[in-house]
Amino acid sequence: MRYLPLTEADRREMLAAIGAPSVDALFGDVPAAANLNQPIAGLAPHQGELQVERALSRLAARNVPAGSCPSFLGAGAYRHHVPASVDQLLTRGEFLTSYTPYQPEVTQGTLQYLFEFQTQVALITGMDVANASMYDGATACAEAVLMANRVTRRNRAVLSGGLHPHYRDVTATTTGVLGVDLVTLPADPKGIEDLAAAIDDKTSCVVVQNPTLFGHVADLTPLAEACHAKGALLVVVVTEVVSLGLMPSPGSMGADIVVAEGQSIGNGLNFGGPYLGLFATRDKFVRQMPGRLCGETVDADGKRGFVLTLSTREQHIRREKATSNICTNSGLCALAFTMHLSMLGELGFTGLARLNHAKAAQLADKLAAAGVTVLNQGFFNEFTVQVTGDAAALVDRLAAEPLLAGVPVSRLHPGQADLADLLLAAVTETTTEDDMDALVQALGGKQ
Amino acid sequence: MNTQGRKTTPDVESAAATDVGTYTGNRALVHEEPLIFELDNPGVTGVDLEAAPAVASRLGGLKAREGIGLPGLSEPTVVRHYTRLSQKNFGIDSTMYPLGSCTMKHNPRLNEKLARLPGFGDIHPMQPQSTVQGALELIDQLAHWLKTLTGMPAVAMSPAAGAHGELCGLMAIRAALRARGETSRTRVLVPESAHGTNPATAAFCGFTVDAIPAEANGRVSVEAVKAKLGPDVACIMLTNPNTCGLFEPQVKEIADAVHAAGGYFYCDGANYNAIVGRVRPADLGVDAMHINLHKTFSTPHGGGGPGSGPVVLSDALAPYAPLPYVVHGADGFRLVEHEGEVEQGAQPFGRLKAFHGQMGMFVRALAYIMSHGADGLRQASSDAVLNANYVKARLQDLMSVPFDGYCMHEALFDDRFLKDTGITTLDFAKAMIDEGFHPMTMYFPLVVHGAFLIEPTETESKATLDQFIGAMRHLAGKAKAGDAAHFLAAPRYTPRRRLDETAAARKPVLRWTPPAA
Repeated sequence: MRYLPLTEADRREMLAAIGAPSVDALFGDVPAAANLNQPIAGLAPHQGELQVERALSRLAARNVPAGSCPSFLGAGAYRHHVPASVDQLLTRGEFLTSYTPYQPEVTQGTLQYLFEFQTQVALITGMDVANASMYDGATACAEAVLMANRVTRRNRAVLSGGLHPHYRDVTATTTGVLGVDLVTLPADPKGIEDLAAAIDDKTSCVVVQNPTLFGHVADLTPLAEACHAKGALLVVVVTEVVSLGLMPSPGSMGADIVVAEGQSIGNGLNFGGPYLGLFATRDKFVRQMPGRLCGETVDADGKRGFVLTLSTREQHIRREKATSNICTNSGLCALAFTMHLSMLGELGFTGLARLNHAKAAQLADKLAAAGVTVLNQGFFNEFTVQVTGDAAALVDRLAAEPLLAGVPVSRLHPGQADLADLLLAAVTETTTEDDMDALVQALGGKQ
Repeated sequence: MNTQGRKTTPDVESAAATDVGTYTGNRALVHEEPLIFELDNPGVTGVDLEAAPAVASRLGGLKAREGIGLPGLSEPTVVRHYTRLSQKNFGIDSTMYPLGSCTMKHNPRLNEKLARLPGFGDIHPMQPQSTVQGALELIDQLAHWLKTLTGMPAVAMSPAAGAHGELCGLMAIRAALRARGETSRTRVLVPESAHGTNPATAAFCGFTVDAIPAEANGRVSVEAVKAKLGPDVACIMLTNPNTCGLFEPQVKEIADAVHAAGGYFYCDGANYNAIVGRVRPADLGVDAMHINLHKTFSTPHGGGGPGSGPVVLSDALAPYAPLPYVVHGADGFRLVEHEGEVEQGAQPFGRLKAFHGQMGMFVRALAYIMSHGADGLRQASSDAVLNANYVKARLQDLMSVPFDGYCMHEALFDDRFLKDTGITTLDFAKAMIDEGFHPMTMYFPLVVHGAFLIEPTETESKATLDQFIGAMRHLAGKAKAGDAAHFLAAPRYTPRRRLDETAAARKPVLRWTPPAA
C-alpha cells in the first residue's frame, strides 16, 4: 500500500523492540466482543491511483459544472474567476500540510498570512478588527448573534426577512438551544420591512443582509442609528463579498459586527464547501469575539513576528467558559482569499466589483427590454426576476439544455405561493453576453 | 565549470562562520518578508479585467466606494511573497509532525487532484439536483463507508469540523431527550482528560458540565461514571481511544451504565484513526460520534482547516439528524432540504451550515478510503499503533511514562524526567525544532504534568522514527546532564526565535495600520 512505509521486516523488528508478540497484542484493551475479526463488509482491497481516479472521475462526469454552460446561480455562493497562481500556491505542501500554528517559530508563514488576512477583512468591511475565519457565513452569523448577546447582556435578536433562509436557520438552530429569542420578519421580495420598529429595550442586535437575498441594496446608516439609540448592535451580513468593492462599507454605515461568506474571493463553488466565514467587529468588542486571532509581537532578538493571541477566549484554555466551541477554522480557504485579494489589490478589487455590477445592470436592461420584470430598484450583481409560471419547474426544464438559470426563491422559501414565480439571477465577471442572451431568450422569448 | 581541486569548506571553523549578519537581513533560503501592505505600489494590479459595459449604475442611490486601502501588487510580487511565506512553515511534507491528537499523516496528492475536477470543484450548491447526481452519489457512498466502518445506522454529513460535529451530536441528543419529554436532563459528564471542545460544546448547547476525575491508570472507570449518573444526566462525552492514548477497557460497561440511567453516549472520535477496521464504535455502545475527516481520512489540515466532521448516529438519534441530507429515491439521489420534505418519523433538529457540508473534503476522504481498501485501512490503524508503541518503548527508559503498558496511536510522557533540570516541556519542544522536527502536543492532556503527547502516525517510516528517537534520546541525555542553556536558547535556526506571547496579548496588534505620516 503506497502510503504505508513499513515492511514486514520493519514490523517484526519493532515488535521485538517493544517486546510484544504481535500487533494484535497491542490492542489488548479492546473487549473481545468488540474485536472486528473480519474484513470490512463490501470494501475492496487497496487500489492504485489509476483505479481510484477512474471511479471518481466517473462520478464527477455525472455532474454539470457551472462553468460548462451559462450559469446565473448565486444566493450565497458565486462563481468568480480565480487566478491560476492562487491554486498553484495553495498546494505548496508547507501551507497545505501544516496545522494550526501552535509553534510560532516554525509557522511564521501561516501566522503572517493570517495577519494579512485579518487586515484585509478589516479594510474591506470597514471595521477595526477581524478574526482568522469561521466555518462559513451562516455559522459566523449565528456566532455574531451570540456575541451581541454577550456584549449587550440581552437575549433577543431581530432578523431581517431579507436574510438568507439558511443563515436564518443556522442561527435559529445554534441560538435556539441557548434559549435566545429570535424575531424574524417575513420575507418581502420587494424588500419592504420596518426593522427599526422591531427594536425594543430587550433587543441585543438587528441582523440585516446587504445586498439582501432578493438583491436589494440599502444605506444602513438610519438602521444603525435606530439600533444604537436603543442600545442594540447592528450585525451586517454580506453573502457576496465582492460587493464590498463598490458599495459603502458596513463599517462606514455604523455596523458593530460584520459577518460574510468569503467564498467569492479565492475559493471555488465546491458544491457548498469548504467555504470561509469572515467575522469583523470594533476594537472595543474584541475580547468577546469567537475564533482564532493572530497578533503581532517580537521575538527574543527583537524582530517582528506573529503569534496566536487572546486565546483565553477559546475552548482549549477556557473549556466550558469559552466564547465559542470552534477549534478548526478555514485556514486554507483564508489563504486562498488573502492571495486572491492581494492579486486584485485596490484597483483589481474595485474594478472587479464595478465589472460585476455593470454586467448585472446590462442583464437587467436586456430583461426589461424583453418584457421580463425585475423587482429591484437597486442591486449589486444579483436581482429577483418574475417569470411566467413556476420558477422551480422552469429552472429544472432549462437545466436540461443545459442552462443554469438561477435559484428559484421557492427552494429557499418553500411553501409560499406568492414567491413561487420568483427567480434569483446572479451575474459575475464570468458571465458573457452570449450567456445573458441565452437567459433572456429562455425567459422572455425575444432579444 | 572547473571544480577540480576547489575547496568546498572554508578555512575558518564553521561555527564562527554562522550569524555574520547580512546586508539584507535574509539568510539564504529564508527571507525577511514584509507584509503585503508594505509592498504596496499604488496603481499596480495582478489581475487584468475586461472593460465593464457602459451602462447606468443601478446601486439604488448608494455612492460608489473609494479608497479601501488595499495594496497594489503585480502577479510576480504576490507569487514570490507567498512562496517566501511558505518557506517559513513546517508541514508534514517537510518533516515528521507528531502532534498528538491532531493526526498529522501524509496527505495523498491524488485526493487534491480529484477534489479539483470541475465535476466536483465547479458545481454550485443550489444547482438543480438533476445536474449534480454524481455529487449526491459521492456523498451517499462516503456516508455508506462511514456507516459500515463504524457499524452505525446513520450519519449526518454537514458538520464542518470536529467541534461542529460535537455540536451536531449534542443537539441530536437534546432533541431526542425532548421528544421523550425529558427536558430536565441538563447535565453532561465529561472526563477531565477531554479535549477542551467537549466542555465548550456542551456549554454552547445549553448543558452544564460535570467533570469525571481520571483514574491513576489514565482511564475512566465505570464506578466513577456510575457515581455521577442520575436522572438529570443527558449524556457522557467520552473520547476513545482517550487523550492519554489509551483504549478505555471499560467503555462498553460505561455505555451500558449510561444507557441504563437513561442517558446517551457521545464518543469524541478524534482518535478513531487508531481503530479503523479493527473496532466498530457501534459495538461499544456509542450513540453518536464525530469523525474528523481531516485526521482519520487525511484531508489536509491546511494551516488550521478546513476540516470536516460527519457524525454517525445510533437508531435512537438518527431521526433527529440535521438538514440537509441525501436520500436515494426511485429517480435517483435527492437532497432533503426542508422540514416539509422529510420522510415519516424524521424530526431534524435544524440546520448547521449554509449548504450541504464540506464536499471538497468528502471527495478526498472517499479517495482515501478507496485507495486503502479494506486491507489498507486496517493496516494503517495497526501501523499507527505499532509506530506509537515503538516510540514509547524506545524512550521510556530516559523519559518518564505516566501510564505503563501498551498505548494506542499516541505515546504520552510527562515532565518528571526534567525535574530539577530547569527545563520545561516547552523548552524541550523548542530544542526539537532545532533538530528539524515539529514538536509533539505539549501540556495536553491536562491530567498529567507537562505532557508530551507524541502521535507519529502510520505514514512515518522506521528510518524516520529511528532518527526521531535518536534526537529525543540525545536531548533527554543533554537535559539530564544539566545543559539547560541548550534548551533555553532554542530554537536557534528558525526564521524567528521565541516569540513574546505575553506582550502580544497585553497590547493586541491584530492588523496592520499605515505608519503615522
